[in-house]
Amino acid sequence: MSVVAENLVWGVKRKTIVSDVSLSAAPGETLGLIGPNGSGKSSLLRLLAGLKRPHAGRVEINGQDIARVPRRALSRQVAFVQQNAATDTNVSVRDVVRLGRTPHRSALSGWSAADEAAVVTALERVDMTDRRAQAWQTLSGGERQRVHIARALAQSPQVMFLDEPTNHLDIHHQIEILRLIRDLSLTSVVALHDLNLAAMFCDRIVVLLSGSVFASGTPRSVLTEGLLRQVFRIEAGVSESPYHGRPHIHLMAG
Amino acid sequence: MTTDAAEGGAIRLTVLLGVSMVVLVFAVAVATAIGDYRIGLRTVFLAVANGLGLTSADIPPIEESVVWDLRLSRALVAALAGAGLSICGAILQALLRNALAEPFVLGVSAGASTGAVCVIILGVGSGGLSLSMGAFAGAFAAFALVALLSNGATSGPNHTILAGVAASQLFNALTSYIVTTSGNAQQARDVMFWLLGSFGGVRWPDFQLLLLVVLLGFAICIWMGRALDAFTFGDEDAAALGVPVARIRLLLFVVTAMITATIVSMVGSIGFVGLVVPHAARYIVGPMHLRLLPACAVAGAVFMVMADIASRVIVAQQTVPIGVVTALVGVPFFAIILYRARPQA
Repeated sequence: MSVVAENLVWGVKRKTIVSDVSLSAAPGETLGLIGPNGSGKSSLLRLLAGLKRPHAGRVEINGQDIARVPRRALSRQVAFVQQNAATDTNVSVRDVVRLGRTPHRSALSGWSAADEAAVVTALERVDMTDRRAQAWQTLSGGERQRVHIARALAQSPQVMFLDEPTNHLDIHHQIEILRLIRDLSLTSVVALHDLNLAAMFCDRIVVLLSGSVFASGTPRSVLTEGLLRQVFRIEAGVSESPYHGRPHIHLMAG
Repeated sequence: MTTDAAEGGAIRLTVLLGVSMVVLVFAVAVATAIGDYRIGLRTVFLAVANGLGLTSADIPPIEESVVWDLRLSRALVAALAGAGLSICGAILQALLRNALAEPFVLGVSAGASTGAVCVIILGVGSGGLSLSMGAFAGAFAAFALVALLSNGATSGPNHTILAGVAASQLFNALTSYIVTTSGNAQQARDVMFWLLGSFGGVRWPDFQLLLLVVLLGFAICIWMGRALDAFTFGDEDAAALGVPVARIRLLLFVVTAMITATIVSMVGSIGFVGLVVPHAARYIVGPMHLRLLPACAVAGAVFMVMADIASRVIVAQQTVPIGVVTALVGVPFFAIILYRARPQA
């Protein structure tokens, strides 16, 4: 499914946090969202996922204005993975993934074969099938993140929004998570901090600065030395990696 | 259609419900049998069967009357109060994502006490307004203040809890002010006893009202059970799972306030049940609400009836306030759960 945002505006009190943002993601595409701290990545993701209402502009998912889609119906198409979701409740991995079926179940309906299949597949996809009975509290950060992605997958969404899913993970798990997201057949929009990872795993990248789109396009066209200087205020050299053919950013210690 | 049975929680719930119901029947019977005038258990059952029109056994009319007219309603109100407070505790712990949440966290009991002292000491309503009605009005005034301070409970868990703390402080201060400036020693004592809770004096009309409120509240909560589960990782996460967060939060706050206010206005503010029973129930059947809420209901009912029995037998010829018993019995029990469920870090 495609995601199209047109002229989104949102803010708190008098401070505009997202100003006039338009972007689009084609079906099956992995769209990276990068930008310095406070550039509005998280807020934009929430607007796209329908968790916040824009003050102006609109979001269309598969040609449908999400403001007109009921919350529950939207959740059957769109999943959102927030960063560092936590709980004090003693839940098992399976319980957490089962929550993903919430939008598909009515108040008292039983657990259907389709629900079970979605949960089993989701657990397999993130390689947590063996850990399904384990308590969520006992998981490491990377495992928790994988469980949350499994839960999002159990929603059977066509679009997935992820807010810095690699936060706090070691490099192995960062790559593992991003490879998983890239290989999913659904459309995903991912906020990322690591520019090299964004270059490696995203089909296209949108660069945010102070709430506005500064640039967008393929990693090769967007990640230039000039842009890094202007947006991230760093001196860096960019070259094509001889290993994977994508841009590689060489940070300078200065 | 496959079921949840594979996880064991369903089996444990079934066992818990079965055992609790049997225990509850006997506990209610014992609660009905004991008192200044002791009645045999057999007579209790026969009197109840007679009262329901099932049998017409020949038992002394005085005993039948004591069982049916006085004590049975008291025992059943105790059961309903225990069930209601436990359900409210479980709901608030989920909505506020706080293990310390209990039915009085939104200021309901403080408000009820202010309403009660207004009637007992200030004579508000001068006879036309009963103690219960005053307490109920006070409870809802406090809840309304909390709702107002937390923007209709949309400001997030911690903000709502703080609003509850503020309202409780305000109404407790009002209560103390009224008691110290206008009350005499006897009135102060009456108020204190009322606050600690008592099932003395409840009758069938109380039972009928409470049954209606608790059943209705329970039905709504069960209906919202799945949505409550979705709050496990917070409000935003629940919204992402398709739950209309603001609406459900407000609805369930009103439902819990309604149940709690009705109970408090009838039997005083009986603490600890609403805090400890949900934790115990969660320990047995797990945190998912379609299982947790029925478990809370039966466990809470059993706990409260037992506490009522204890309150009448601990000290001969005297009834210890029920709130004292729930804490005395509950704390050691709670300590065991805390110890066994401690994080394995």
